[in-house]
Amino acid sequence: MTPVKSTMAGTVFTVNVTEGEEVVVGQVVIVLESMKMEIPIEAETAGKVSAINVAVGDFVNEEDDLVIIEA
Amino acid sequence: MDKIVIANRGEIALRIMKTCKRLGIGTVAVYSEADVDMPFVKEADEAFLLGPAQVQQSYLKADAIIDIAIRTGADAIHPGYGLLSENADFARKIQAAGIRFIGPEADTIVKMGDKIASRVTMQAAGVPVVSGTDEGIASLEEAILEATEIGYPIMLKASAGGGGIGMVRCDNEQALSQHFQSVKTRAKAYFGDDVVFLEKFITNARHIEVQIFGDSFGNVVHLFERNCSVQRRNQKVIEESPSPNLPEKAKKRLHQAAVDAAKAVSYKNAGTVEFIVDENNEFYFLEMNTRLQVEHPVTEEVTGYDLVEWQIEVADGKELPVKNQEDIKLSGHAIEFRIYAEHPVTFMPSPGTIVKLDWGNTDGVRIDTGYVEGGKVTPFYDPLISKVIVHAATREAAIQQSKAFLSKVEIDGLKTNLPLFNKFLSSETFTIGDYTTAVLPIWLEKQKESVEK
Repeated sequence: MTPVKSTMAGTVFTVNVTEGEEVVVGQVVIVLESMKMEIPIEAETAGKVSAINVAVGDFVNEEDDLVIIEA
Repeated sequence: MDKIVIANRGEIALRIMKTCKRLGIGTVAVYSEADVDMPFVKEADEAFLLGPAQVQQSYLKADAIIDIAIRTGADAIHPGYGLLSENADFARKIQAAGIRFIGPEADTIVKMGDKIASRVTMQAAGVPVVSGTDEGIASLEEAILEATEIGYPIMLKASAGGGGIGMVRCDNEQALSQHFQSVKTRAKAYFGDDVVFLEKFITNARHIEVQIFGDSFGNVVHLFERNCSVQRRNQKVIEESPSPNLPEKAKKRLHQAAVDAAKAVSYKNAGTVEFIVDENNEFYFLEMNTRLQVEHPVTEEVTGYDLVEWQIEVADGKELPVKNQEDIKLSGHAIEFRIYAEHPVTFMPSPGTIVKLDWGNTDGVRIDTGYVEGGKVTPFYDPLISKVIVHAATREAAIQQSKAFLSKVEIDGLKTNLPLFNKFLSSETFTIGDYTTAVLPIWLEKQKESVEK
């Protein structure tokens, strides 16, 4: 189980994956909006999305686990 | 006027308070939980908490802000820039409450806030606009047809957009197909309206804008131009006045077009008419900003006028402090640098605590700052820390003075774009002054490593 962590504090702008979806390294899983900028959050490992911990509009802090990927 | 509510935060709230204090006007700050310790809250005569950090729960709460104005017996509300500054409903509600909105009439905000409608208004007034569509585009098929007619490259834009958000350059049909839906989605998310339109993309263009001012007696004047072509992510980082590399004749035509544009909508208070200027100094109306601009200090430095004071006078129903265009003179050259809490190369925001903030010798340099040492740049708002404005007799002298000053500034605890300015100021591309809106990305391609060092 590998969490995809937030690189900075911000609001969830889009959730680009669904539970059970296979993702590849570098795939954008979440887009955050912070300080008037859209920040793409990429998967650092390939695997299956086992959990999505956030929804559009949620505020997240740096290092928060956004999505869990199972290899 | 005896008391003004400032519906904004950071440097612009402090900037407005400065003029209020000089004029003996009381100030009321409104703030969010994240801004409790900010200098603008302490500097105000009275301060009221609006709510949590997110702007929807604080700075965008129009009714709560108007309520505070009523309760404190304020005469007017100054919206600053961004946030509620171009919100016509806010302006209307303020007026309905018997309070003055420091800005243009609500109807003018509506007319100019919609990019398609403002294009149509300007064409009718004889102000040149870029070729494009004068109606919203309903489908991708329609967009492709129109784009072929206009000719690539084109700009796909949200009609309600602004601040560099909701616009994408498309070089061909494939790019247009790729971006059409996402621009619509973003426009809906950011501006609550997904109407998009197309404009011809002018290559090798400069972004030059004209400061205008109108009053309730039909007087309209301009306060010269600002060149804002040094941009990142379609957002300005350096602005200067007067514009380099623009012949006197073209300047005069540009100023006149801006005055015509303002007169066409009976403009009152401070406004900015933005133009795209091509290689042959032909210019096209881009949009009108119905508020005080971030970069207004460069105009204040070269004209010697306090634009916030002018705004207050006009909102108070008085005539423009200077009505005759010939009496408004430009002196020397001013450059503004926006110091952002961001990575100097990737432009990624860098929130955090400003552990050290040492400006060095500030003699002859204007600093409009929102923060002091120990302050915290939070992820909720624009990452602007301060604006540095240098005014000198000539452009060369202003650049030299800027270099000397910026190289001594020390900001620690978070990343800033200072290293970018320190390198870019020495580049030939900037010192020659014939740069276009593509200057920064192109220059950075080659200079990335030297900036990061």
